[in-house]
Amino acid sequence: MTELIARTENANAPEVITERGERAVFCGLTSIIWLHRRIQDAFFLVVGSRTCAHLLQSAAGVMIFAEPRFATAILGERDLAGMADCNEELDRVVSELLARRPDIRRLFLVGSCPSEVIKLDLANAAARLQGDHDNRLRISAFSGSGIETTFTQGEDQCLASMVPDLPTAQDATPRLMVVGTLADIVEEQFRRHFTQLGINEVDFFPAARADDLPAVGPGTRILLAQPYLGDTVGALRKRGAKLISALYPLGIQGTLAWFQAAAAEWGCSAETVQESLAIPIARAQKALSRVRTSLEGKSLQFLPDSQLEIPLARFLSEECGMSLVEVATPYVDQSLMAEELARLAEDVRVVEGADLDSALARVRANRPDLTVCGMGIANPLEAEGLRTKWSIELVFTPIQGFDQVADLAGLFSRPLVRERQLEVGSWS
Amino acid sequence: MELALWTYEGPPHVGAIRIAASMRDVHLVLHAPQGDTYADLLFTMIERENRRPPVTWTTFQARDLGSSTAQMVIDTLEGVCERYHPQVLLVAESCTGELLQDQPGALAKGANLSAPVIPIEMAAYTHKENWGASETFYQLVRGLLAARALKPGETKAPRGADQPPSVNLIGPTKLGFRCRDDVVEVQKLLEQMGVRVNVVAPLNATPRDLLRIPDADANVNLAPEVGDLTCDWLKRQFQQPIISTVPMGWGATRDFIAEVSETLGLDIDVDSVGDSRLPWYSRSVDSTYLTNKRVFIFADGTHAIAAARVARDEMGFEVVGLGTYSRERARDVRALAKEYGLEALITDDYLAVERAVEALQPELVLGTQMERHIAKRLGLPCAVISTPAHVQDYPARYSPQMGFEGCNVLFDTWVHPLIMGLEEHLLTMFRDDFEFNDTAAPSHLGGEGGGSHQPDAVAAVAETTETDEPGAIAWAVSAEKELRKIPFFVRGKARRNTEHFAIENGLSVIDVETLYEAKAHYSR
Repeated sequence: MTELIARTENANAPEVITERGERAVFCGLTSIIWLHRRIQDAFFLVVGSRTCAHLLQSAAGVMIFAEPRFATAILGERDLAGMADCNEELDRVVSELLARRPDIRRLFLVGSCPSEVIKLDLANAAARLQGDHDNRLRISAFSGSGIETTFTQGEDQCLASMVPDLPTAQDATPRLMVVGTLADIVEEQFRRHFTQLGINEVDFFPAARADDLPAVGPGTRILLAQPYLGDTVGALRKRGAKLISALYPLGIQGTLAWFQAAAAEWGCSAETVQESLAIPIARAQKALSRVRTSLEGKSLQFLPDSQLEIPLARFLSEECGMSLVEVATPYVDQSLMAEELARLAEDVRVVEGADLDSALARVRANRPDLTVCGMGIANPLEAEGLRTKWSIELVFTPIQGFDQVADLAGLFSRPLVRERQLEVGSWS
Repeated sequence: MELALWTYEGPPHVGAIRIAASMRDVHLVLHAPQGDTYADLLFTMIERENRRPPVTWTTFQARDLGSSTAQMVIDTLEGVCERYHPQVLLVAESCTGELLQDQPGALAKGANLSAPVIPIEMAAYTHKENWGASETFYQLVRGLLAARALKPGETKAPRGADQPPSVNLIGPTKLGFRCRDDVVEVQKLLEQMGVRVNVVAPLNATPRDLLRIPDADANVNLAPEVGDLTCDWLKRQFQQPIISTVPMGWGATRDFIAEVSETLGLDIDVDSVGDSRLPWYSRSVDSTYLTNKRVFIFADGTHAIAAARVARDEMGFEVVGLGTYSRERARDVRALAKEYGLEALITDDYLAVERAVEALQPELVLGTQMERHIAKRLGLPCAVISTPAHVQDYPARYSPQMGFEGCNVLFDTWVHPLIMGLEEHLLTMFRDDFEFNDTAAPSHLGGEGGGSHQPDAVAAVAETTETDEPGAIAWAVSAEKELRKIPFFVRGKARRNTEHFAIENGLSVIDVETLYEAKAHYSR
């Protein structure tokens, strides 16, 4: 099923084609894997099935040797048949958990497909549990279910669930709020850049500590570090915040435009930003030029997965010289993606949604030099002689900002370099 | 509702996927929400499969609920038949699919599809992965063979005089522990005995192969977690006896040969079939240091039972803990544990296993990927002997667990994490050497699984200090110094034994004398 659903304001932006069919993407629960590393005193309790628990440990690769700060309350037959009161059971499990982990300052009850289908009201449960544990920690709920959320959207739901807890700003003094999970090292770099630009009123949300909640109000200017935070933006807007529309900080151009958009709010010109950040920009250009040689002229196809596809396509075509065969993304939120879409060439095929088998058929027909896809699909394509990059690496690796530009490009060049390097039989 | 940090088994539909992924010309349609497709990566990443499992998912989302999910099932089924032309179409639901009550099995039966349909009921909220694999394989075999079952009063035709004796290997699957290599090794063994392998299933079998199952004289139940149900049914319907010894370990492999011979009426000298290096390696002097090493075993039922025998009888270890997460095998494991003078640990709670390991402080842990976590955290040597396993436990090399080569692999794999016999002496000799000390990991371990490097927790007190806390034990400085002269890999045990001895004797301060009194008390 294919239809034209939207064309951006910009007449030169590519059409967005919608596909419906089998979707080979993670659900929003997967976001917990990076969220629990970011918010270091938070615990994520999924209320779901054995499948949810199995997904989390499979996607996390069972690589975390410490006790994880996430767990699953697995619904059983007794819960579903009404023989056990789900709410009482949940209270018991939460008490058990909190007794084990006295260090936890925030608990997220995370909704799943089964909990939503049986209409278990976790927001209500969170409010009730908050009453029981009032002084010790905050408890809130969000959905990471596959029926509601795709992969990175889990982070959107998580952050949106925290917005009501943000304190109200005392006055309307402009204050920047960078929204979206970033690695600590990237946050530190960005803070230094903002200081260089004379912007000192900067908060990062989410912060490394759950209690570190930035104030929000009419002075708040939102700058998105991640492109999948539509509901969080909506919730912040309701609290008076304003969104700074910008490219996302991927690649040199993206990162520069991102800082320029923020700085403009502080009355700082684009030229001034470029001058102030000249050193990291030059460093990034130098580092990127070495990687670029492996990417230039190579063709690239994105299968829908992380929601980062459109900004990455912009970076890889504009700054790395790759040619875009197809850019597919789970969904297109025009309000967050318009600027990025406008930067893609008009004839690029942009697909929203998925129909796995037909997408794979196109990959086989196009035989791009590189396919960006989900983890489950990568090896089968490799075995067909196609080079791939699994997209989950893009959410686990620091890729934003000037000093990560070469690392980001390196994620894409490595499979191509490897192909040239290996002399052990054929790939397929 | 049950709190789970890590789980030993996936949901039952993952078991169904394992059956489909193991076979050829079968396709599985799963009625499941977006996101459940993560299961692909178990096969393509962990096991490095070069093809996607033959599974198509409906991947419904919220907007489909209440209106079109049943239609999605039918559309998906039709699409699959058109694209893949499977010999058999399996239809099942994941946990969320089950809640929608769309009954995809019934929909498929009524959809007039080009492929025969076998619906599988998963009961996702009561069962787990191995059950799902067992049930799916059973339904598949039954669906294909029920019409050919022997009638009441009918008896299985005897093997023709010119026919070689033959068996089927039942149970090996994708994502099973070393199934790929075990099948090869067991086939070799049977070949040596002049026994033909008729069908291996589900691994690499097609539905047409399954139709030939009744041709064999007997079924080898190679992976009871998956094969039990099917073997029992085949015994009832086709009078095929079950060969139930799992040939893992030297003794078990010989027992297996004997059972095959007896079942098929062959006259075979066990010694003529083959042998392993394990007996000699185990008897060689270097292995003396293995004597009564304290071993903790936790695995699926089959691997736990086999490992216990190998550990005690073939390696000379002392089994101090034995357990399984396979509730279906609880009775067998309990009975065996009793024989070893132990209480079996039957649980799928990773934390309960961790507590048991912590309390027992074994010198070697044989377990799954989960026990590898536990052992790493506690600084104990560990070898993985069972699923769930990590990508590194699907090795490139030939590495069976069964048959005589399997014995060699078990010996190497279990001994490797330990400090070797001669190295044990060298460590003592060079204890004070700056490069060769108790904070440096043994040379061959490369930072993985190393010896016990736990810091000594109890701080020494001045020679005569006594503590105020009743029952608390203090170490005199001299005793603490003496303790440090004991090689680090037994120091933890010496410390615990001494403290235990002190408590039992009502002492509050441990001095050098206490240390040696305790040593004498506990010496074997």
